[in-house]
Amino acid sequence: MTTVESTGRVVGKWHGAWLRVEGYWTWYRRHWVSTLYSTGLQPVLFLAAMGLGFGSQVRPGVVTGGLSYLQYIAPALLAAGAAQLGIGDSSYPVLSGFKWQKDYLAVTATPVSPGQVLGGHLIWTTLRLTLAGAIYAFVALFFGAWAGPSVLLVILVGTVTGLACATPITALAARTFDEGQRFGLIFRFVVMPMTLFSGTFFPISQLPGAIRWLAWLSPLWHGTQLARGVSAGGVGGWAMLGHFAVLAAVFAAGWAVAHRAFYRRLVV
Amino acid sequence: MVSVQAPPARAGLLLRILPPGLYAGRAGMVVERSVRVARAGWLMFLSGAAEPFLYLLAFQVGFGKLVTEVAGPDGRPMGYVAFVAPALLATSAMNGAVFESTYNLFFKLRYAKLYDAMLATPIGPLDVALGEIGWAMTRGGIYAVAFLAIAAAMGLLASWWALLMVPAALLVGLAFSAIGMALVTFLRSTAQFDYIALGLMPMFLFATTFFPLSVYPEPLQWVVRCLPLYHAIELMRGLATGLLSGSMLVNLAYLLVLGAVGLWASTRRIAKLLLT
Repeated sequence: MTTVESTGRVVGKWHGAWLRVEGYWTWYRRHWVSTLYSTGLQPVLFLAAMGLGFGSQVRPGVVTGGLSYLQYIAPALLAAGAAQLGIGDSSYPVLSGFKWQKDYLAVTATPVSPGQVLGGHLIWTTLRLTLAGAIYAFVALFFGAWAGPSVLLVILVGTVTGLACATPITALAARTFDEGQRFGLIFRFVVMPMTLFSGTFFPISQLPGAIRWLAWLSPLWHGTQLARGVSAGGVGGWAMLGHFAVLAAVFAAGWAVAHRAFYRRLVV
Repeated sequence: MVSVQAPPARAGLLLRILPPGLYAGRAGMVVERSVRVARAGWLMFLSGAAEPFLYLLAFQVGFGKLVTEVAGPDGRPMGYVAFVAPALLATSAMNGAVFESTYNLFFKLRYAKLYDAMLATPIGPLDVALGEIGWAMTRGGIYAVAFLAIAAAMGLLASWWALLMVPAALLVGLAFSAIGMALVTFLRSTAQFDYIALGLMPMFLFATTFFPLSVYPEPLQWVVRCLPLYHAIELMRGLATGLLSGSMLVNLAYLLVLGAVGLWASTRRIAKLLLT
């Protein structure tokens, strides 16, 4: 008498998400060269141009907290690069999973649940953000951009910032059916101003009071403050905790909305 | 009986460069289509004008406070925001043209099969190239006028020569859209769009947009001088400050040659991709 094992195998909660990560990895191994620009190279270029080139015209002063301009913007550029990567990877790629490539539909036809698809996406984003941050931090080392070993914490801050930007956009992408100009307008009117006016290149105290509150709303400003506080000091402990709490809240809210949207769209 | 027509004798240099089938004098139709599409997505269209304005704002409130003066075209110090403004105009003319002639063109070429449809009508590849480039230039020109008005209102323009920045922006648009169009025909998938960013971003950052050429060590200065955006910026900065010099003729010639080469190459590529 032989026992026949069932071929259908229900995977565990985490395992299902990791299977998705394995899928991303398989793709990435083949295409990593074309993503080099977004993975680390873009912030490095900004660091060279703004930190060295533009920075050569800036005298260290009150504005930069006595730091050289290079050291002033290096941690902030890591956060800004992470925000852009997190948003970029959660816009068209997520919509494509639903609409064009339809791999989300294909995967949820197996025992992998929509929540695991979302989880896999977020785990993969986390890994990419950490990798990009590490590459950037390593290259910036040769520019003399880091004050001390706290750089390892800055990489972590970058990942957290990127994730806080990623979940709201993932939620939006999951609720987008006819994308029209939606993402284009978000990049133009949200991401770009956020990068310019979130304290990356100059402190937000220089903004007119009437629009300063906009910077407080942007997760990037909190990430920037956190990154700068970790790498160069100058931000108090409670303030750091506050910035982290904001990022965690934005992440959680985005994740909750995205989770609902994934189930709505993938479970008939 | 099937009568076989002899291929038309190709006499003369001009006709060898421009064989008769390539051009039907209907480039205007291609432009008209783009205008209609832009009217449907007018918000995105207008946002292109908002982008350089946001940069200008950032420089006015932020960067300009960090650096008040830099060395201008004649070596004498000038206000930092006035230094950056013409460079931003050049960049915005470049971006407007390149986006129109790369991302948009790629989708029309590979996914929408728009040009297959167009070439099935009495429209030739040169019409397509001229039409698309003409539209990209129009778009860049509209952005240039908007930007110029804002810069003038902020008191960043020092000379009446600045009015010539509009035709200069059209030339920049022509050069970049023509060369961009030729290059984009070589792309195979959207994953390769990173290469476009890889070409544009370093140019934007390093072609003396934010700091003068004198920052670089001598050998790097020569690398920067080879970048097309550098010549666009030099031209704009000279016009905005009214500090004209003979070297601006070199900048002008560089952009004209780039545009001519791009136009020739993109016509050839579209014909090769779609007619053979």
